[in-house]
Amino acid sequence: MFGKQMFPGGVHPHEGVGGKAANQGNAIREMPAPRRVIIPLSMHIGAPARPVVQKGDHVLMGQVIAEAGGFVSAPIHASVSGTVLEIGEAQMPNGAIVRAILIDNDFRDEWVELHPCGHPETLTPAEAQQVIREAGIVGMGGAAFPTAVKLTPAPGKVIEKLILNGAECEPYLTADHRLMLEKAVEIVDGLRLVMLAFGVKDAIIGIEDNKPDAIAAMRAAAKPVDGIRVQALPVRYPQGGEKQLIYALTRRVVPNGGLPLDVGCVVCNVGTMYAIDQAIREGRPLVQRVTTIGGLVQNPGNYLVRIGTPVRHLLDACGGLRAEAKMLVSGGPMMGQAFNNLETPVTKGTSGIIALGADSLDPDEGPCIRCGRCMRACPMKLLPVHMDHFIREFNYNEAERLGVMNCIECGACTYVCPAKRLLTQSFRMGKKVITARRKAAAELAKKEKEEAERERAAREAAEKKEG
Amino acid sequence: MQAKWTIAPAPHVRDNVTSRRIMIDVCLALAPAGIMSIVYFGAAAAGLIAISVLTCVLTEYLYQRLTGAKVTVGDWSAVVTGLLLAYNIPASAPWWIPVVGGVFAILIVKQLFGGIGSNFMNPALTARAVLFISWGSIMGAYPATQLMADTVSGATPLALLAEDASQVNLVDLLIGNCGGVLGETCKIALILGGVYLIVRGIIDWRVPACFIGMVFVCYLFMGGFDLALKEILAGGLMLGAFFMATDYATTPTSVLGRCIMGAGCGLLCFVIRAFANYPEGCSFAILFMNVATPLIDRFTMTKHFGEVKKHG
Ligand code: SF4
Ligand code: SF4
Repeated sequence: MFGKQMFPGGVHPHEGVGGKAANQGNAIREMPAPRRVIIPLSMHIGAPARPVVQKGDHVLMGQVIAEAGGFVSAPIHASVSGTVLEIGEAQMPNGAIVRAILIDNDFRDEWVELHPCGHPETLTPAEAQQVIREAGIVGMGGAAFPTAVKLTPAPGKVIEKLILNGAECEPYLTADHRLMLEKAVEIVDGLRLVMLAFGVKDAIIGIEDNKPDAIAAMRAAAKPVDGIRVQALPVRYPQGGEKQLIYALTRRVVPNGGLPLDVGCVVCNVGTMYAIDQAIREGRPLVQRVTTIGGLVQNPGNYLVRIGTPVRHLLDACGGLRAEAKMLVSGGPMMGQAFNNLETPVTKGTSGIIALGADSLDPDEGPCIRCGRCMRACPMKLLPVHMDHFIREFNYNEAERLGVMNCIECGACTYVCPAKRLLTQSFRMGKKVITARRKAAAELAKKEKEEAERERAAREAAEKKEG
Repeated sequence: MQAKWTIAPAPHVRDNVTSRRIMIDVCLALAPAGIMSIVYFGAAAAGLIAISVLTCVLTEYLYQRLTGAKVTVGDWSAVVTGLLLAYNIPASAPWWIPVVGGVFAILIVKQLFGGIGSNFMNPALTARAVLFISWGSIMGAYPATQLMADTVSGATPLALLAEDASQVNLVDLLIGNCGGVLGETCKIALILGGVYLIVRGIIDWRVPACFIGMVFVCYLFMGGFDLALKEILAGGLMLGAFFMATDYATTPTSVLGRCIMGAGCGLLCFVIRAFANYPEGCSFAILFMNVATPLIDRFTMTKHFGEVKKHG
């Protein structure tokens, strides 16, 4: 119904100066380490990590400086060798201030002793989860969900298919593209090891067909391995959305409120898989990542960056910003976060830092002309125009009935709206309100239940006494 | 240096299509039919079009100024209404007809219901209907084109078709050398404009396709191919199907809804033309479907992606 390998809806966002075209030919270069790294303790989804070093401690590169704060969490490792300056604060791209470990670099890059896995091809699922967890690996496409948790199926669920996300559908970003070109063998090796550990027979690597060189490189690397297929996908945002990718590659539909594992799938970003390979083969924890620096910078490029490097350092290394730059975004322009603090560090989920010009500033909102474009663009087949209408009337119940909670905040509706309405923005806000209400309602219900329970107990006790 | 960077929620890129760009495209698409009307009906046509557009724009401007609302005449939507209204008036109408119609369309039908996107009936069509009811003899007079042979002067092809299909020449219908209101006569110009809008992605091809297809099929059963072909080329059908049944504000937003809109218009148009002995059924068919639009929208809501039975 939606043509070959297509999910419903979607858009073709355009790019400006310093976009993919300008950057995809730039090989990955190592970014010189900064004088000081600022490593946030919550750069993943889940509980913040707990620091295990103190001010003044000398740390080696790759040493654990904070341990996972819970099951859904990830440990954090030093990305330079040097001295812990303090356990202070960092401002994240979303503006939040979080605890962070600041390390002064001694520029010696002394590594801790690494422990490569002795039997990489015969790992048990538990061993693989442990390696991945201990290496601090989280989803590197941007979501930063702890990968070991993703690879821990709930009882009764099995991983049937591993899906590798090489779509990189966001404009401007080329980090995954470069990684697939330069590290195809390692990525495929990582995938193979995970397949072996979890007994998965079938893996699909999805890549948008605007990267024919990456498709060729990955095909060549995957050729000798059984069960891995590289699938070219049409260019269409948000092709890399988890649910969209699964549908495009397997025709399976993740039920609302469900997880990919409900349809037997686990989706990993190609960068994450590279990190997994490094962890298993070399025992390396996640201390650096490939990040695209693009848009209105003097010299766009793809860099191997230490986690915790302040954006100011990156921009300086790229020759600074162009005069027209008006906005800094962490991630891609469709879903990335605009920030204004140049001390914001690169985190495990920072796929890119891009500078955008005046045409990225929000134009004036006009009245909706009911053109229906937003509905056609929505990859979740929602009705943005109607949901927006209700949210602006504070009628959250009606918005919820229309499915606003299934909105993946992809930005496609806002992108196409000719009246320039802030649709995605309105849904993000609405979802927050609804989530808060649900939580409040659940708490209230819990309290009432406890109350009733207590009353009943008291009554029973009283009856017993009387009896 | 710090506060220099703008903070805003994503997304940070926008398509360059704007409401204004869409309205200008509609005006462009309407232009060929307007030019042909001047060719056929002379200066009178040019005057009526100018008066109608001016009235609509001015009414919108004054209303917004007086009520302190944001002035939005720059979005070109009032120009579209003005053109459509003029195209629905016969060339013989006096100057005040488009003035009354324009004020009614913009003030009553559009602005009092909340402005662009909020009106539930097509302003130009509603104005036409009101003018028709109030001044039927003026609105119902269809002067002959300047190029027409005297023999058929005044009679619209629809009236002729109702008597005998062979009286009507297919080529005259296509090029518009026949009686009718200003903008509806030249079918080639209208189809050209409609195709332009479809190619530009501004209107959904399904609406005109279902609309015209439905009328064609109905007449095919009733009177055969020749009649069906001529019926779809006669009267305001092309103008209505491409430019009025596709009006964003007053037609359904979903794909299925739009098919229903088109087919519904077609069916009603056929019924009114064929059985109510009222050849100009097209406008009323569209207006009726406008009113039904909220209902259609409600019943054609699609399932969300993921709203499925759990995978086995
Ligand atoms: S942001 Fe939400 S409503 Fe808008 S297109 Fe994406 S999923 Fe649909
Ligand atoms: S795209 Fe914008 S103008 Fe068009 S229907 Fe949606 S909200 Fe309204």
